[in-house]
Amino acid sequence: MGLQAEQITFGYTQVDVLTDISFKVEAGTILALLGPNGTGKTTLLKCIGAVHSPRRGKTLVDGEDIAEMSARKRARYIGYVPQNTAAVFPGTVIDTVLTGRMPYVDFKFTQHDKDVAFSVIHQMGLDDLTFRNINRLSGGQRQRVFIARALAQEPRALLLDEPTSSLDLKNQLTTLQLIRSLIREKHLAAVISIHDLNLAAMFCDTVMILNGASVFACGTPGEVITAENIRTVYGVKAAVDYEQQLPHMRLLDEELQETT
Amino acid sequence: MKKKTPLQSDILQTQYEQVGKHKIVIILASTAILLLLSVYFMTLGEKDADIVQVCRAIYQGVTGTLYDVEDAGSASRKVVFLIRLPRVVLSILAGIGLSISGVAMQGITRNPMVSPFTIGISNAAAFGASLAIVFGISPVPGTEVGVVFSAFLTAMICAVLVYSVSCKNGMRPESIVLTGIALNYIFSALTSAIEFFAAEYKLASVINWSFGTFNGTVWTDVFVVAIFVIVCSLILFRFALMLNVVASGEDELVKSLGINPNVLRIVTGAASILMTAAIISFTGVIGFVGLVAPHISRMLMGNDHRYLIPFSGVVGALLMTISDTVGRTILSPVSLPVGIVVSFVGVPLFIHLILNKKEY
Repeated sequence: MGLQAEQITFGYTQVDVLTDISFKVEAGTILALLGPNGTGKTTLLKCIGAVHSPRRGKTLVDGEDIAEMSARKRARYIGYVPQNTAAVFPGTVIDTVLTGRMPYVDFKFTQHDKDVAFSVIHQMGLDDLTFRNINRLSGGQRQRVFIARALAQEPRALLLDEPTSSLDLKNQLTTLQLIRSLIREKHLAAVISIHDLNLAAMFCDTVMILNGASVFACGTPGEVITAENIRTVYGVKAAVDYEQQLPHMRLLDEELQETT
Repeated sequence: MKKKTPLQSDILQTQYEQVGKHKIVIILASTAILLLLSVYFMTLGEKDADIVQVCRAIYQGVTGTLYDVEDAGSASRKVVFLIRLPRVVLSILAGIGLSISGVAMQGITRNPMVSPFTIGISNAAAFGASLAIVFGISPVPGTEVGVVFSAFLTAMICAVLVYSVSCKNGMRPESIVLTGIALNYIFSALTSAIEFFAAEYKLASVINWSFGTFNGTVWTDVFVVAIFVIVCSLILFRFALMLNVVASGEDELVKSLGINPNVLRIVTGAASILMTAAIISFTGVIGFVGLVAPHISRMLMGNDHRYLIPFSGVVGALLMTISDTVGRTILSPVSLPVGIVVSFVGVPLFIHLILNKKEY
C-alpha cells in the first residue's frame, strides 16, 4: 500500500526533463524530493498528480494506475498542495476547503461534505479563521488552508510543492510537524519537494535527490544527505554532523568566504 | 493533533448555514426591490398611468383582454403593456445577461479587467450591424431582422476565432484575453472603414446602434432574448461550484480536483458569449454593465458563484432599468440611449464602493 512511481519520463519539448524516475513511498511515510533549482521537482510532482501526462512510465496508488482512472476518481486518490496559493478572486477559508469535496459532488454539498470540511478545518487549527478571506491570511495560515483543502479530498496520497518556501522558521517547523502527524494519523503516502536539507532530514522518512533529470540518490536521510552528495549536486562544501541519529548539514566557512 | 470537538464544528456549521441563508435573503430582497421599482418605472412617461393602471395593463395583457375594455385609461394601459413593459423587461434581461456573463468571463480568465466584450464580440456585432445597415441587408424589408442577425452572426464568428486561436495555445486565460483584444481592434477598424464610406443618413443609424438603446422594443425581441438569457444563465449557475475553483486558483490546482479547466472555459465561455451576443444584437452595445455590475456584486456578496451569479444578475438588472428610466425621462420627450446613461449612474456608485470597501 502506498504510492509508487515507475520509470517516469517527461519533457515539455523534445528534451526530457525527467528520465526514468522510480521510487516507492509506503503509506504513513514521507518522501522528500531534494535537488537544485530546475531539476524537475515540481514537474515530477505534477506528473505524479497527473497534472502533466508523462511520456513514459506510470504512477500507482495502492496498486492502481492513476492514468487509467477518471479525473474525478484520481482526485479522490491524490491531493495536491501547490507552491503558489494566491487567488485573484479569493473565497473564505470554509469555501476554499469545501472545494476539496469537488471530486465527490456535482452541484450541491451534502451534509457529509460539510462535516468533512469542518472536521479538517478543526484538525488544522483553522476554526477561528473559518470565515476569513484567504488573501487576508498570513503565508503559514494560507498554506494550512490549502493542506486542509487537499485533506478534504480524503486522498490516499498527498503531494506538497515546497510547503515551507515562504514561511518563517517557526512556521516551517509547525507546518512540517502538522503534516507529519497528519500523514501518520491518516496513513497517507506523502511526497514533499523541499530545499532545506535539515528539515527534510528531521521530518521525512526517505529522501531522494534529483539531479540532471534523473535520480541521483535515494534512501534514508542518513544515507543520502552526505557531504560528498551535497558537494556533487549543489557544488558547495558542507559538513554533515549527526544529532539524535539524524544528519545535520552546515555550510563550511571557507565555502561561504569563496562565494562572497 | 487536536481531536474533533463536535460542539465547536457544529457552531461553525450553524454559522455557515446562517451566512448562506442571509445571502439568499439579500438576493430575494433585492429581487423584490427590482420588481417594485420596475412597476413604478412603468408609471413614468408622457402618458400618465398610476400603479393601479400598470397592474391592470399587465393583467389584461397577460390574459389577452387588453382590447376588451375601452375606457378613459385604456390608451394608457396599451402604452404600458405594448411599449413600457417590453422595454422594462428587456432592460432587466439585458442587465441580468450582461452582468452574469461578466462574472463568468472574469472567473474563467481569472482577470478582474475582463467584461463580456473583452473578447471582441461588441465590436464584431457593431461591424455586423453596420454591414446590414449600410448595405441594407434584411430578409424582411423594413424591419431590424437583418441588423439583428448580422450582428449576432459576426459576434459568433469573432467568438469562434478567439476560441480557435486560444485552443491552439492551450486555452490559457491570457491567450483568450489577448486574442480577444486583438480581434476587438480588427473589427473596430472594419466598422470605421464602413462608416468612412457610408452615406450620411446611414452613418447616423450606425452610430445610433452603437450607443445601445431599448427604444422600439417589442415583445418578440423580449421573447428571443429571454430564451437565451434564461437557458445560458441556468447553464452558468449549474457550473457555479466549478467556477469557484477555476476563478480562485491556477489550472494545476483545478486539475488536481478532477476538473478539466479547458472544457469548463469552453462550456461557460460559450454560454456567456451566446447570451451577450443575443442581447447586444437587439439593443446595441451597452458595455459598462458587464464590467461594473460583477464587481459591485463581488464587493457586496463575495466570490462564491452560487450566490454571486444570481445576485450579480439582480444588480445588473437594477443598474440597467434605473439607467434606462433616467435616460427615458430626464430629458423627456427626448430619450437618451441607455449605453450612455448607464456609465453616469454606475461609475459614481462603483467609485463609492471602492472608497468604502478596499478589498473583496
